[in-house]
Amino acid sequence: MEYYVRTELLGKAFPSEKKGGDDYVVFEDLNVGIRKGEFVTCIGHSGCGKSTVLNVFAGLEKATAGASFLGNRVIESPGLDRAVVFQNHSLLPWRSALKNVEFAVKARWPQWSAAEVETHSRKFLSLVGLDKSVDRKPYQLSGGMRQRVGIARAFAIKSELLLMDEPFGALDALTRGVIQDELVRIWSHTDQTVFMITHDVDEAILLSDRILLMTNGPRARVAEAVVVDLPRPRNRATIIHEPKYYATRNHLVDFLVRRSQELSDDQAGSDARTVPTSVDGELVYPPEIIPGESESANLTAAMAAQC
Amino acid sequence: MYFRIRAASLSLVIFLCFLFAWHVLTADRRVAADSRTLSPGERSQLLENGMPESDAIGYAQKGLTYEQILQISELGLSLEDIDGAGGIEAFGFTTGGAAEEARTGFPSPALVWEEAYEQIRHPFYDKGPNDKGIGIQLKYSLLRVGAGFFLAVLIAVPVGFLVGMSPLVNLALAPFIQILKPISPLAWLPVALYVIKDAEQASIFVILVCSVWPMLINTAFGVASVKRDYINIAKTLELSPMQTALQVILPAAAPTIFTGMRISIGIAWLVIVAAEMVIGGIGMGYFVWNEWNGLNLASMIFAIFVIGFVGLLLDFLIGQLIRFSDYKE
Repeated sequence: MEYYVRTELLGKAFPSEKKGGDDYVVFEDLNVGIRKGEFVTCIGHSGCGKSTVLNVFAGLEKATAGASFLGNRVIESPGLDRAVVFQNHSLLPWRSALKNVEFAVKARWPQWSAAEVETHSRKFLSLVGLDKSVDRKPYQLSGGMRQRVGIARAFAIKSELLLMDEPFGALDALTRGVIQDELVRIWSHTDQTVFMITHDVDEAILLSDRILLMTNGPRARVAEAVVVDLPRPRNRATIIHEPKYYATRNHLVDFLVRRSQELSDDQAGSDARTVPTSVDGELVYPPEIIPGESESANLTAAMAAQC
Repeated sequence: MYFRIRAASLSLVIFLCFLFAWHVLTADRRVAADSRTLSPGERSQLLENGMPESDAIGYAQKGLTYEQILQISELGLSLEDIDGAGGIEAFGFTTGGAAEEARTGFPSPALVWEEAYEQIRHPFYDKGPNDKGIGIQLKYSLLRVGAGFFLAVLIAVPVGFLVGMSPLVNLALAPFIQILKPISPLAWLPVALYVIKDAEQASIFVILVCSVWPMLINTAFGVASVKRDYINIAKTLELSPMQTALQVILPAAAPTIFTGMRISIGIAWLVIVAAEMVIGGIGMGYFVWNEWNGLNLASMIFAIFVIGFVGLLLDFLIGQLIRFSDYKE
């Protein structure tokens, strides 16, 4: 299996509040795959279950069907091999920025001396540009700085998989842009596998290798995986001049505005048009699309993805 | 800062008004006692016995009671004769009868201050079981409160943790807590005295019982309302349950737990005074009751003020713990 992190026929349903009513199925038979070292984002409307997928990867939420894997291991509970950046930063408010990072580092390497823990933590705080604010408590930091501490904490434990749930959702546009650039820079120096959830199309293009597009819930599915065929290193200022930038952007916006709903309706209306999730016992992962390439090239890519 | 100074000034003004009112009300009492010494009926009785009115008023001003003046008038001596012979004291009369009457009324602030000054100068004197200094009384009350409170912490915090973390334990213990909580701690006193058969330990038990509930309930509430996110962090970092409890939940819930302790220490201090009045022997409550029985009202009022101040101090100490553990989100 080429995918390093993946779900296999994952399902999440909530029991009906009415007795005897149908379960509310957020998604079912969901196949999501992420290759080693890949930066994958997931875009979809609220309620499609993308946060649930992330929480299942994190081990914080249990799916009701299927399984998820990290390498050869089944994901069953949270662990240090995965780091999570939460939307609301989730720093411990009684600890300073440094102590928050040290908290994670100490948990990751309990055998380290206090000095080692501090040096390592300071290094990652300075990577996000917080050298001068390490002793401040979270409430003394701006929203952007708090999120930076959260990112530093996540990178510091050098996990195999970094999970980010709308990490910049609560930030203003200017701050968001600055931190996105920082994230690209830090990530490019690591071989970290990242799965990130976002609502922001430009953010997804800037950061991702591939973008998973989810149809609207209930019974959401990943319609396709858009390959962002733009050269790295990228930055916000120059990326918009890349030839394929607008093709990619238009494809994403078109999906979010129009197709996410249409595909969802299609699926609800007739089972015949449902894309199979497994063929002859082989799991089918979403087709990979390169916006701006010809239809046939995409078809080839889609075929390749299914092997 | 300016605001605080204004508030402090206002407090001072209120306090001075209180002192002044107290002074006026208690001082009036003494004047009334003086003028009551001779009523018109008494004065005419003295005139009948051949005492001039000026003499009668003169005796009264010296502080003699009507009964004493009546005795003098029956002796048939004039004020001049008596002064010539060395004053009424030479005849075995004690003056200050009227003043004595005033003293059994409510004590004036000055009197309480005198008493307080004496007590504070010798806080640890010990003249037998019924006459010990305020410091000794205070020491016993504080020891009892301290012991009972400490035991309550040992019980309430772990149990509160369990209740807060486990919805099952919460539901299972709820009926017991709800029924036991409203029982006046003093109602346990007879039970404790019968079972333990030791007044000292019984009073500590009563303090334990009254301080355990606010602490338990606040701890449970604080633990239960720790943000899900903080627990999730602990989970993703693979912290053991013990590490999670000590490094995440405890600091997160600490301000709420200490607030429970603040309520508890307040109640404990209220209850110990009442319990000591019942149990007797020694302690602030017993002291107040004993001074009342001996009609040492000034000393009793001083003791009441001391109780208030110590209560304030206890509250302040726990308040510092809250401040220290508090965090802004």
